[in-house]
Amino acid sequence: MSEDPNKSQDSSGEFDWFDKPKSRRFLWKLLIGACVLFAVLEIPLFIAHKRHSHFNPEENPTFDGWLFFYALLGFIGCSLMILAAKGLGKWLKRPADHYGSNEDEPLPDDVDESLR
Amino acid sequence: MNLFADIHFPPALTLLFGALLVPLFRGHWRNVYVIALPVIAFFQIAGLPSVAEGNPAVVRATLDLFPWLTDQSLSFLRIDKLAKAFGYIFTINAIAAFIFAFYLKKSTQHIAALVYIGGALGAVFAGDLVSLYVFWELMAVASTFVILARQTDRAKGAAFRYILIHILGGLFFLAGMVMVVADTGSIAFDGFDFENQNAGTWLILLGFLVNAAAPPFSAWLSDAYPEASVTGGLILSAYTTKTAVYTLLRGYEGWDPLIWIGCVMSVYGIIYALLENDMRRILAYSIINQVGFMVCAAGIGGAIAINGATAHAFCHIIYKSLLWMSAGAVLYRVGKSKCTELGGLYKTMPWTLIFGTIGALAISAVPLTSGFTSKTIILYAAEQRGLFWPWLILEAASAGVFLHAGIKFPYFVFFNKDRGLRPKEAPMSMLGAMAILAFFCIYLGINPQPLYDILPGNHGDFHAWKFAKIVTQMQMLMLSALVFFIFLPMLKRTDTISLDTDWLYRKGGRLLFDFADRSLNSINTASRRIFIDGLAGWTGRFFIAAPSRFLGWVLAPIWAATGADKEEIESRKARINERSRRGAFPIGITAILAVILLGVLYALSLVK
Repeated sequence: MSEDPNKSQDSSGEFDWFDKPKSRRFLWKLLIGACVLFAVLEIPLFIAHKRHSHFNPEENPTFDGWLFFYALLGFIGCSLMILAAKGLGKWLKRPADHYGSNEDEPLPDDVDESLR
Repeated sequence: MNLFADIHFPPALTLLFGALLVPLFRGHWRNVYVIALPVIAFFQIAGLPSVAEGNPAVVRATLDLFPWLTDQSLSFLRIDKLAKAFGYIFTINAIAAFIFAFYLKKSTQHIAALVYIGGALGAVFAGDLVSLYVFWELMAVASTFVILARQTDRAKGAAFRYILIHILGGLFFLAGMVMVVADTGSIAFDGFDFENQNAGTWLILLGFLVNAAAPPFSAWLSDAYPEASVTGGLILSAYTTKTAVYTLLRGYEGWDPLIWIGCVMSVYGIIYALLENDMRRILAYSIINQVGFMVCAAGIGGAIAINGATAHAFCHIIYKSLLWMSAGAVLYRVGKSKCTELGGLYKTMPWTLIFGTIGALAISAVPLTSGFTSKTIILYAAEQRGLFWPWLILEAASAGVFLHAGIKFPYFVFFNKDRGLRPKEAPMSMLGAMAILAFFCIYLGINPQPLYDILPGNHGDFHAWKFAKIVTQMQMLMLSALVFFIFLPMLKRTDTISLDTDWLYRKGGRLLFDFADRSLNSINTASRRIFIDGLAGWTGRFFIAAPSRFLGWVLAPIWAATGADKEEIESRKARINERSRRGAFPIGITAILAVILLGVLYALSLVK
């Protein structure tokens, strides 16, 4: 990043808050804090029996009534999808020019004039 | 307000005829004119007579175009709440898209887009299968020109593959329609009964599913849309798949297989979007994911699910266009669309980032955005019918949406790594269009009632806003975000594409060609060798040489009897052969030969 000539020129007054390690640490804390906050908020709901399964226990599983079900669903569901994508990627990924390369094609005229 | 109340002019025709006049306008007047057309169409739709909720009666404006051909009248304007809801969002989105496209100087893309959108409006207001089919095909052709408008080789290739698949889908539809009309004697397009399913209704369903981008007929979408131009992509993203959703809601409500097709689509879209490197291709796959929710709702059936799907289509068109606009603005300013080449744009394109993020939050159904107030209805409908597993898949899929569209798209485009790109902020027209759609995303998230009021059915006392629902939704989304950043090293973008079913006709087509080339052409070569070079030459030689040989063979004993010696006979034979080869017999000999031949033939006929 630092060897980029453009950056060193105009990085003086520029807004680069998201690039700072300090901000990134702060955002991590914010994210974990939000996870904890919404998990904790469910506990009074659960105790007051306002949270319950939406399904009839005689016909269906009723996991969705469990405490932290949605947190688990988000965590496990997303992890599985990422792992599945990663696994399938080994099999499905191809170089970008798999169907023939068009690298030397000029930029189409629907982009900003200054780029052409 | 009800300027057009008494005329009942189909709103589709406003855009279709309006498209013809586009070349008459020049410069910015043309851009103003194309924005005005969907505005007029919107007020036309608003001015159509309203149909009371739950009242099955529909107003039909019919047209006896071909009375000699059929005793059925074509209906270009079936007015009910379902059609009107789609009509509203189609025109609202068109207005925003043309405002976004204010920078465009050429008219070709405007004309193609207007015909395409007009076709979509015609399809949702079509009251019978025949007029639906006409508008359906009109959309396919016009959208191909929207893709071609980018004029790159890649766009040309993609448009070619796109139209082939849509011709296939249209033929499914046509074949099914012919069977259904032959079977029932009616061209009416109302709900098909799952109990009375037959090959005709299944073929029509297959035609609809091609346009809904259901796997395995899904690759056309992620192949073609990302090759369209900056505005072309966002116009395409709204109409083809949502028209298909409309036809499924109208014709295939409660068809159980659609529940599972929808679930497959919603997960398929996520997995591929996670693998994708091109930002517009990520958005293309997330269309398939979102349409999966609506297809599933069509399969669930009932007033709640139909409302949910309609509301979700409405909100989806808005936030998906918003996302395509922010991606389009980046492409316009940077000229790149790969995640591996983008990053750090928040520094110079903050408004594009903010509007894009609003779209990203809405697609992820974050509370306070439109996705939350619409997607929740579909999930509620699944709960009501006790469909636990489809419900679970859709919930997991809505967590996955946050992964790929909600975080991945903004993160890799606007944050991630600073690649030294310092583009200018998007032009004002683009920002204005994004602001309009971003406003709708938030307004419908806070106050969904105006949207609920235009939905076709009565969904009872449903309220998206429940404290428990908000807490659990936020729990799920925050944990999904956590997973994204934990797995970030695994999500590192590579400059790759992923094989999809278009492999079958991109590589598979070439393999078929090679196979045909090798197998059929080798038969050709062998045939040429045997028949043309071999048999034909031999036959030619035979017919030239055989008569003279025969003649020599017949005459030799005669010559011998008249006292010619061996040498003399051989030289005479050689002379006959030579004359025969050159075809230069003197008439006398030719006449003798002919007589001999006739005599031989006569003798043969006697023998027989």
